[in-house]
Amino acid sequence: MIKVEKLKKSFGSNEVLKDINVTVKPQEVVVVIGPSGSGKSTFLRCLNMLESITGGHVYIEGIDLTDKKTDINKVRIEVGMVFQQFNLFPHKTVIENIMLAPMKVRNVPAEKAKAKGLELLRKVGLEDKAEAYPDSLSGGQKQRVAIARALAMEPKIMLFDEPTSALDPEMVGEVLEVMKQLAKEGMTMVVVTHEMGFAKEVGDRVIFMDGGVVVEENVPKELFENPKEDRTKSFLSKVL
Amino acid sequence: MDIRWDILAEYAPFFLKGTLLTIGLSIASILIGTILGLFIGLGKLMRNKLLALPFSVYVTCFRGTPLLVQILLIHFAVVPLFLGETNAIAAAIVTLSLNAAAYIAEIFRAGIQSIDRGQMEAARSLGMNHVQAMRHVILPQAVKRMIPPLGNEFVVLIKESSLASIVAAPELMYWGKAMQGQYFRVWEPYVTAAIIYLVLTLSLSFLLTRLERRLATE
Ligand SMILES: Nc1ncnc2c1ncn2[C@@H]1O[C@H](COP(=O)(O)OP(=O)(O)OP(=O)(O)O)[C@@H](O)[C@H]1O
Ligand SMILES: [Mg+2]
Repeated sequence: MIKVEKLKKSFGSNEVLKDINVTVKPQEVVVVIGPSGSGKSTFLRCLNMLESITGGHVYIEGIDLTDKKTDINKVRIEVGMVFQQFNLFPHKTVIENIMLAPMKVRNVPAEKAKAKGLELLRKVGLEDKAEAYPDSLSGGQKQRVAIARALAMEPKIMLFDEPTSALDPEMVGEVLEVMKQLAKEGMTMVVVTHEMGFAKEVGDRVIFMDGGVVVEENVPKELFENPKEDRTKSFLSKVL
Repeated sequence: MDIRWDILAEYAPFFLKGTLLTIGLSIASILIGTILGLFIGLGKLMRNKLLALPFSVYVTCFRGTPLLVQILLIHFAVVPLFLGETNAIAAAIVTLSLNAAAYIAEIFRAGIQSIDRGQMEAARSLGMNHVQAMRHVILPQAVKRMIPPLGNEFVVLIKESSLASIVAAPELMYWGKAMQGQYFRVWEPYVTAAIIYLVLTLSLSFLLTRLERRLATE
């Protein structure tokens, strides 16, 4: 479903990703952990080309993103993304936030987009907020709307970049609950998070990144209980 | 000092005509300048530095030289080059539009750049192309922030349209000067002109404040 081959990414002379090789199978939930500045966000953003790729290849369902002929907008329809800072559109209501892309990109008629949007809001528990503006929502509610907005494009893959890091602690649970539900329904997910509980419970595989390389990857139980690399051990001893 | 009401009465129709032309010049220049300014502002934002360069040069030149020089150049040199003869009203509209466009371009650029990067990223991650993201996500937010500085620019433009009198475009200031020249009176013509400009700029400010408030509650 996702295949990353020898991925390299530099900002100027700063090489942030050095030779990353990762595959994600359909319906798999892969959790990416690692210290700040290790390149987790950059890695995730390369998967939908929010960052240009310096070297190597990223394949999404067999389509090479680095191929100049690839229409990146088509690929992005299949890859939803949820940001740490939510990035809701403040000039639009919740339901308009959700309807916008399906209507403009997929040419879904307004009524259909609205019905679908309301259904998604029901799913994330915010049906009553359809006509509210993002500014009036709590952080947890915003993030659930952001998830619904991404899902409205009916993506096959969802990318999450620290979706709960900007939230007050009491709101983390409600967002993770939605993500767990999504995982249960078989969504393919790549999640950057510091929530080790989520990684253990929902993750099929955990990737530990440091200094722009994948240091270690394994099923959560193994990685957390039996880390092989010293760097993994020292990182886990700090966060667990 | 006694006021000569008789010459004011005599000139009233000319002041009216002049005011209408001032309004006409201003509206035409605001419209043309805004459209041109958006285009130039977007041009300046292009990622390709070489393509963006002409737009930067344009802005630098028009902001870095006096409007008076621009209006003389355009009236006596540029317009005749294209039309064969010159035309004061056309020259005034062209100069005011081109000049305002440079300032408005900067307002657009600053407005667009003030929108958080995450907005564009969110829009693009949903599959929108650059134009769709600009049109539906970035510009609607940017325009709201642009209204106060745009309003300022429009007020400046109304006032600067008085420079058109230099090339004998028969706008408000032109008739003020004509009256002064005929009767050798200074208070009546210039205070009248000043009051009319004040009414025009205050009306515009009032309209813009209302528009701003309407957008804010939306
Ligand atoms: N747009 C950019 N321009 C230049 N350097 C960047 C840019 N984005 C990221 N970097 C650099 O790349 C490195 C990796 O950043 P990245 O955001 O991927 O790390 P991260 O693992 O997500 O960290 P965090 O846990 O703090 O979010 C950092 O050193 C950062 O300074
Ligand atoms: Mg990050």
